[in-house]
Amino acid sequence: MTGASGEPIIIMRDVHKWFGEFHVLKGINLEVGKSQKVVVCGPSGSGKSTMIRCINRLEEHQRGEIIVDGIELTSDVKNVEAIRREVGMVFQSFNLFPHLTVLENLILAPMWVRRTPRKEAEELAMSLLERVKIPEQAHKYPGQLSGGQQQRVAIARALCMKPKIMLFDEPTSALDPEMVKEVLDVMIELANEGMTMVVVTHEMGFAKSVADFVVFMDDGEIVEVAPPSVFFTSPKSDRTKLFLSQILEH
Amino acid sequence: MAVQERASAAAAVQPPVTERITVLAWLKHNLFSTWYNSLLTILVGYLLYLVLVPVFRWAVLDATVSGDSKEACDFAGACWTLVKVRFGQYVYGLYPEDQRWRVNLALAIAAVAMVPLFLERFRHRLTYAVGLVLVYPLVGYTLFYGGWLGLPVVETPRWGGLFLTLVIAGVGITASFPLGILLALGRRSEMPVIRSLCVAFIELVRGVPLVTILFMASVMLPLFLPAGVNFDKLMRALVGVALFSAAYMAEVVRGGLQAIPKGQYEAAMALGLGYWQMTGLIVLPQALRLVIPGIVNTFIGLFKDTSLVTIIGLFDLLGMAKLIVTDPRWLGLAAESYIFAAFGFWIFCYAMSRYSQHVERRLSAGERR
Repeated sequence: MTGASGEPIIIMRDVHKWFGEFHVLKGINLEVGKSQKVVVCGPSGSGKSTMIRCINRLEEHQRGEIIVDGIELTSDVKNVEAIRREVGMVFQSFNLFPHLTVLENLILAPMWVRRTPRKEAEELAMSLLERVKIPEQAHKYPGQLSGGQQQRVAIARALCMKPKIMLFDEPTSALDPEMVKEVLDVMIELANEGMTMVVVTHEMGFAKSVADFVVFMDDGEIVEVAPPSVFFTSPKSDRTKLFLSQILEH
Repeated sequence: MAVQERASAAAAVQPPVTERITVLAWLKHNLFSTWYNSLLTILVGYLLYLVLVPVFRWAVLDATVSGDSKEACDFAGACWTLVKVRFGQYVYGLYPEDQRWRVNLALAIAAVAMVPLFLERFRHRLTYAVGLVLVYPLVGYTLFYGGWLGLPVVETPRWGGLFLTLVIAGVGITASFPLGILLALGRRSEMPVIRSLCVAFIELVRGVPLVTILFMASVMLPLFLPAGVNFDKLMRALVGVALFSAAYMAEVVRGGLQAIPKGQYEAAMALGLGYWQMTGLIVLPQALRLVIPGIVNTFIGLFKDTSLVTIIGLFDLLGMAKLIVTDPRWLGLAAESYIFAAFGFWIFCYAMSRYSQHVERRLSAGERR
């Protein structure tokens, strides 16, 4: 199953995962090319979060193979850490470090994982905070920011590692409606700069304007992969049609 | 229109004026608001009068401080002469009088060396603290024990009093804190062998009284060791106390670890941090500040538990208090001696408590959630 063109940077082949008895991922096949933007959608419990969490091994897959940037994900810690350095992740609940200031949140990983000197890391961090439009918050603590600001800090924190791939796990689901746009704007800008992105989201507007292709998942399987123009106008499967009618109704 | 109205309404709303409270109003509000509250106030006041006045008279008004023997006291009140005359022994135990300067010097070095730890601007406090913990015991041991640099040897059975209490508590605290953290991490480890070992150690040590451990260390351990191998009695007590409080510390720290949301671990892992980086930079800084009250509670408990070493023949502050009143020249002055020892313990425990409150306030100042 593909939608990818060019050289794939993420390859998933026949990936299976169980939580105990529960079969969460039932043979996922997916290829994502460099600079491609993939939006993953589907009903809750369909395994979309689990799937993208497998890409940086926050979840272990039990069968099949996942190759990221030419490195296969195995239980080898060295491989896993090498991949995590190249893959940034943004979470639904931000997960900023509350005991550190915004700036400290940003420079932590570059300093400790990449061994970047503090001064250089701070310069990079400030330029990224400019990019997400909150440089004035650098010395505040995460708890003093709004949800939208926190999520933008989280994006900047991931970008500080200069990742080749960015994963977004429902980045706007925990936000108040009026803050969704500021986060999506940052993501759209990032997409326009050519970042490889895999985004789990229900923001269909974002999918239409940014995605190279949309992946629809249901019950642990990929049901449909199509460019947004096709996906939203003439979906093939009935399950996709049902899902789209439910989320586009209101 | 509507906007204007709202603006003027907002201007009209003032913060409530804080009333100036007079003493009389405060009394009426808090102590005599109803007839039964008044009754209770009077009753409690009378009971306090019954207890506190005689205590105050005994300890202060009728007390004797002058003279240098029991005969100077008239026994209408406390005989603090005892404390005055034997003060050196309360502090240094049986440490030779002409060598006491060594203890003072070592404690002074400790006090000066600890100053940078309290400077908030000092960036490398943790590194410094670790260095201090590694280097200072050598300095302290050299000065206390001697046998080097021309200092005469003072055997550990002669160490005593407040000095010994501080040595045991100091060693116990600095050893049990890192050990407890490691045990807590081990108990949550995914490696079954490490986890079982940590669980077994914690449950075993926590399940027996400290007295038992001290007895084992001082009486039974020598039986199992080959002849000729002999650890110092104080050293065995130190190891016993440190291991004992490490087990308690581990459970306190584990409480903090459990309060850290899974998302924090995931965010740290997703950034490529390794286990020790994640633990040291993300998890422990948050977990430890959550359990500061529990940690200090354990430290205070440990400080007071040092007095149990008397049962294996070491004389800490309480041990000295007990020993001093067995002297026939000072018979019958147990109350004075024990009260003074209690006061000594209280000073240090209260200082720890205050310091921990200060740390908590400082740490939570920037981090309002």
